[in-house]
Amino acid sequence: MANIITRRSVLGAGAGMAALAAGGDAYAQTQVQAAAGVTAPTLPIENGATLRMLRPVRFVAPDEEVFRANCARFTQQTGVQVRVDFVGWEDINQQTAVTANTGAGPDIIVGFGDSPHIYADKLVEVSDIAEYLGRKYGGWMFAADKLGKRHGTNNWIGLPFGGTAGPLVWRKSAVNAAGFQTPPNDLPGFLDMCKKLRQAGKPAGFALGNAVGDGNGFANWLMWSHGASITDEAGAVSVNKPETLAALNYLKELYATFVDGGTISWGDISNNQAYAANNVFVTSNGVSLYFALKNDPATRPIADDTEHSFLPFGAAPSWPSAPLTLNAMVFRHSRFPNASKALLTFLMEQPQYEPWLNANLGYWAQPLNAYRDSGVWGTDPKIAIFRDTMNNRFWNGYKGPISEASGQANAEYVLVQMFASVAAGQATPEAAMREAERRARRIFRR
Amino acid sequence: MSAVAEKEWVRQAKAQSALSKLFDWKPFLVVMCMLPAVGLLMVFLTYPLGLGIWLAFTDTTIGRSGRFVGLENFEFMLEDPIWWNAVFFSVFYTGIATIGKFGLGLWLALLLNNHLPFKSMLRAIILLPWIVPTVLTAIAFWWIYNPQFSIISWIFIELGLRTTNIDFINTAWPARWSLIGANIWRGIPFVAISLLAGLQTISPSLYEAALLDGSTGWQRFRYITFPMLLPILAIVMTFSIIFTFTDFQLVYAITRGGPVNSTHLLATLAFQRGIPGGQLGEGAAIAVSMIPFLVFATLFSYFALARRKWQQGESND
Repeated sequence: MANIITRRSVLGAGAGMAALAAGGDAYAQTQVQAAAGVTAPTLPIENGATLRMLRPVRFVAPDEEVFRANCARFTQQTGVQVRVDFVGWEDINQQTAVTANTGAGPDIIVGFGDSPHIYADKLVEVSDIAEYLGRKYGGWMFAADKLGKRHGTNNWIGLPFGGTAGPLVWRKSAVNAAGFQTPPNDLPGFLDMCKKLRQAGKPAGFALGNAVGDGNGFANWLMWSHGASITDEAGAVSVNKPETLAALNYLKELYATFVDGGTISWGDISNNQAYAANNVFVTSNGVSLYFALKNDPATRPIADDTEHSFLPFGAAPSWPSAPLTLNAMVFRHSRFPNASKALLTFLMEQPQYEPWLNANLGYWAQPLNAYRDSGVWGTDPKIAIFRDTMNNRFWNGYKGPISEASGQANAEYVLVQMFASVAAGQATPEAAMREAERRARRIFRR
Repeated sequence: MSAVAEKEWVRQAKAQSALSKLFDWKPFLVVMCMLPAVGLLMVFLTYPLGLGIWLAFTDTTIGRSGRFVGLENFEFMLEDPIWWNAVFFSVFYTGIATIGKFGLGLWLALLLNNHLPFKSMLRAIILLPWIVPTVLTAIAFWWIYNPQFSIISWIFIELGLRTTNIDFINTAWPARWSLIGANIWRGIPFVAISLLAGLQTISPSLYEAALLDGSTGWQRFRYITFPMLLPILAIVMTFSIIFTFTDFQLVYAITRGGPVNSTHLLATLAFQRGIPGGQLGEGAAIAVSMIPFLVFATLFSYFALARRKWQQGESND
């Protein structure tokens, strides 16, 4: 899906510009407040600069249209040609790895949250533009700050671009019929609700299979809401703890309330299917489920009956959920680091960023506080919960530093399988915990 | 007639150029003729295999070239219950699926070898499961085995035979049997059509002679069909074992090795460690650990096929 934007082809980019204009009309009066008098860092663009950029594929078509139109406008203003390639989600981590280590390929990759921390030595520091954007747009939100800066320093190695999370998705009618106004925010209460839903034949279901997003999200919630974590602050493995045991015992009781057929073989798509088919009435998922239901006339009534809320906090002080974050990196091998930084700054500025955010309908949430006032958050009260996604205080590999190992533990489903083996009755909680500890020690040994 | 014979014209032998001399030199010619084949084999077989084996002795991750770590990957592998489980399931999967495929495939071949109406069409239809891309088969089975939406569960519940969904892939043993079932379904056509080809080479006169001697159907199968079929049976079985042992798509698309790693084959585990997990070294070590099993299967076919008895239906002398 390569698209080379040149000065000449900008004239032909009418469709994208039209989409941008349409987006602009819908939210003509921007509510976003940019601080006055903040001057951008001077980035003299190198002679003859051209840029190549990779980013994950879109959720919704206007995402790509507006993104391309924004890049085309950058070309128009600076004369720098920009080529954007949209890469499948499963491939972006591998392509980032190869780019980082071969020292060849795109100048900029908008990858996922962890990548800048894994390849920190191969990246151009972007503190100047990050600090400028932070001052101008009301400061970076917590997760953006955490994922942007190198661990334990104030040096920005990534420029967070947006984030999304998977809250509790539930059917208002079913939860109300079970005697709850909203799902309880404490763990015993939540278990009680799931038991009552099961009795009413309207059960909950959370993925415990090898599902990268949903499985890991659920396992992380179980851990963090019980005060457990895979590593401690120093990055040492800390699975073998009473908190983990408590989480496992809780899951054992909770799993008994799940949908008939079980969720141990669930992939990322399974809960969406079950929820849309009136099989499951409480689950957790990104905003895509709600929009899929809303846009299909057949499932529209389910969407109307659907609410989003936080999963129970339990022992955690805030919603225990790690947002999936887009994190932009500029590589050292780029011959045009200034042009790269200029492009990223340009894309994050209000005239470009807000239309892009709005075009995404809530699939992505902003990393900068000022964009909390973007028009998109007023369009549907049911997506309001995603507005503060980037203020979540958890990350993959919490509590330790973000590293290659924390990504690997996710990819190998260490925690998911610990919980699943207990749910399936294949292992006692103690044995499952020891096995997860063993696997985590291997992964975090370096 | 006194014609003076013209002096016999002899074509002036041109001085051989250095290049043509070179090409006339046999060793050089041999090397040149072999070079394309050797080059192809080196680039597409030896190099990847060698690289895979080399990686197994390093701690390479995706994108970062590793250090040589000796046997460390293998030592860890031997202590890893997940690997042992994958070894067990690979062998079990291959064994049971091969028995199933050959039992049913042979039966199907014998049926198709009879004179049936629409014979050619039937044979074409039989091949369908094998023609469909594996991953499509896998997705179809993923739906059939779905814990909530399985059509089989649905039929049983509608008929009032069950009240709950059937557990196909939610716990370890049902998941293992379900995958074997899918593999058998997919593998039967290959076996059936290959064996059918073998059946057609058996001379009808043998059967006629046997009939005259008053043989029973079972005796004709046992003493004519089966021995005559053995050579092709052996080679088809070798292929089938190798394909089944290295199977990837069915398992990865239906269960991803779950529930809790109980259906990982060595191939899926190697991929899981190597690509999504990023540990190319460990993944390569797991892949390398398949080699002894595959060598065994190949040797089995080599020695079995080298027996003249199997090839020619004679004694081994």
